[in-house]
Amino acid sequence: MPFLVLGIVTIAFLITTVTKGDPLTAIVAEQQMSNPEVVAAAKARWGLDRPLPERYMIYLSNLLSGDLGTSFITKRNVGTDILYRLPATLELVFAAMIFGTTLGIVLGVLAAYFRNSLIDHGARLFALFGSSLPVFWSGLGLLFIFSVMLNWLPGPGRVDARLALPPGITGFLTIDSLLAGDWTVFKDALWHLLLPAFVLGWTVSGTISRLVRANMLDVMSREFVLTARAKGASEFRVVIVHALRNTMVPTLTVIGYSFAYLITGAVLTETIFSWPGMGSYAVEAARALDFPAIIGVTIVGGLAFLVTNLITDILYVVANPRVRLS
Amino acid sequence: MSAQISSARPGAINSASDREPLLSIRGLRVGFRRAGDQFEAVRGIDLDVAKGEVVGIVGESGSGKTVGMLAALGLTSKNAVVTGSVRFNGDELVGKSSREMRKIRGARIAMIFQDPLSSLNPVMTVGAQIAEAVRLHQRVTRKQAMARAVELLHLVAIPQPERRVNQYPHEFSGGMRQRAVIAMAVANDPDLLIADEPTTALDVTVQAQILSVLRSLQERLGLGLVLITHDLGVVAGHADRVAVVYSGRVVEQAGVSELFADPRHPYTRGLIASIPNLEESRERLFSIDGSPPALGRLPGGCAFHPRCIYAEARCRTEDPPLHDIGGRFSACHLATTLPPFHSASLAAASLDSGSVAP
Repeated sequence: MPFLVLGIVTIAFLITTVTKGDPLTAIVAEQQMSNPEVVAAAKARWGLDRPLPERYMIYLSNLLSGDLGTSFITKRNVGTDILYRLPATLELVFAAMIFGTTLGIVLGVLAAYFRNSLIDHGARLFALFGSSLPVFWSGLGLLFIFSVMLNWLPGPGRVDARLALPPGITGFLTIDSLLAGDWTVFKDALWHLLLPAFVLGWTVSGTISRLVRANMLDVMSREFVLTARAKGASEFRVVIVHALRNTMVPTLTVIGYSFAYLITGAVLTETIFSWPGMGSYAVEAARALDFPAIIGVTIVGGLAFLVTNLITDILYVVANPRVRLS
Repeated sequence: MSAQISSARPGAINSASDREPLLSIRGLRVGFRRAGDQFEAVRGIDLDVAKGEVVGIVGESGSGKTVGMLAALGLTSKNAVVTGSVRFNGDELVGKSSREMRKIRGARIAMIFQDPLSSLNPVMTVGAQIAEAVRLHQRVTRKQAMARAVELLHLVAIPQPERRVNQYPHEFSGGMRQRAVIAMAVANDPDLLIADEPTTALDVTVQAQILSVLRSLQERLGLGLVLITHDLGVVAGHADRVAVVYSGRVVEQAGVSELFADPRHPYTRGLIASIPNLEESRERLFSIDGSPPALGRLPGGCAFHPRCIYAEARCRTEDPPLHDIGGRFSACHLATTLPPFHSASLAAASLDSGSVAP
């Protein structure tokens, strides 16, 4: 694990050094680019005049003390910036995963149980659209239908800008407003969350439902399912308690992977829904060649992958007694 | 998947005149539809099981013995069409709703399957699975059910049941798993236990243990026991009565000693002749010529006639019914006129005539 982290940091760092763009354009105003004094001063200020290995070592030692560097653009610490943005992304991703896994598992189970029926074909179509429609298309489309045409749901953003926000304890607007007992904000935040979370969750539910369906078909033909029926268990019990639990190991893998993927992959959704999360931060950073921010986002994304993998591995033990150590 | 059981055929032979058997199956047929194609896996099974009786059902794989019993319990897949009559304690099971069948399955009739490796749920403890069987049919607390699970494991002679009850199936050996499965089956003190090839997947030494566990339980609990097997040795050692099944039909039914001493169907004769014998040393084991017909592609007349060394003209056109030949049953035109049986001589005769499968 520590080696993986070091690898992520190194690669993230190296990638920024091989990009063609000149970060100075982000720092120095255009008119001043011809002024060598200003350029030299800026280089010295941001350490860009030092050789690459030295910059790398400085970055590493800073990182060890928890310092991700200063953003060229916001001039704030990248760590602070990310910590400010991350909860918004996490809230969106958690909500999306609730949609995605619930839909995916329910549809997968139904599709397997009613194999080759209308339900099965419907679920297949839903999954196909979910995983193949680009988010910027489905997101905009749904936004147009539900927000513009029907006016059922609010437009982009995380919460109505006119509302006074509760103190940020967790950074999750829905949870913070609940903790503060502020129902207006809670309702508003929840309504804002609904559509982007669905759009994001839809993409994930496709993969999950296909996987659950395939595994359910395999498990349902096993003898212990027949044994459960022979015991007199109800169909619901047979399917949920006996069969579904046996498909949890491969399903957990995909859920874990999807979660990590969404944390870094919510970029488009966040952009479309003006969601103030890590994705939109990354986009802003990339546009401006804000290298410290880019590296910071990459590292946090990589860490998210590692942590979710670790959690998935731990959950395996719960789901599959065969990997438990006696 | 509840079986779609269609119209029950009335007119079960058994009237209330003599003592009604525990299980009485008459004219049971099971058909399957698959992609427009239709075929019958079971073409008429008649079978009686009395209380406390052990009945063996013998037949090759694919002969319909398992499907028939699954159908009797309403456990066949959705595309199966089940007709005929299955009476249990005088109660007609064919046509019952799946809710009603659930109350009978596992409570009054239990069934265990061939492969103990896969008939237990790998992600539930053995105890939880036994306790589940108890709680599905009895109003007891979780704790009481687990206590009962320990008791049941003890009953099937699993050592240290208090420890074993919290273990997962993969921590059990094959023989122990089958014991656990048996424990689960008798959890609600059923009247009838259907054991489908209970020992086939096990080592020979373990087979004997499992059979003796089954027998002692059967005697102690007064269970009716249906032993589905392809092993005539198992039947000879344990059954009171035997039904021989060939391509979806019962072709012979008799008491176990009668059947082995004087089989009245050529197929039964072939089966008995192909049991390896330690006393005589033969170059080759006897085997019945040919192979069983594919489902849906049955020959006309008696299904066995292409492989039968006694077959005559009418066997090719007329399918013989199962008829009573003095307290026992045979579905052969020649049932009463077959020559006296001696397994060695049958084998020798067919070896001479060169009708041995290579």
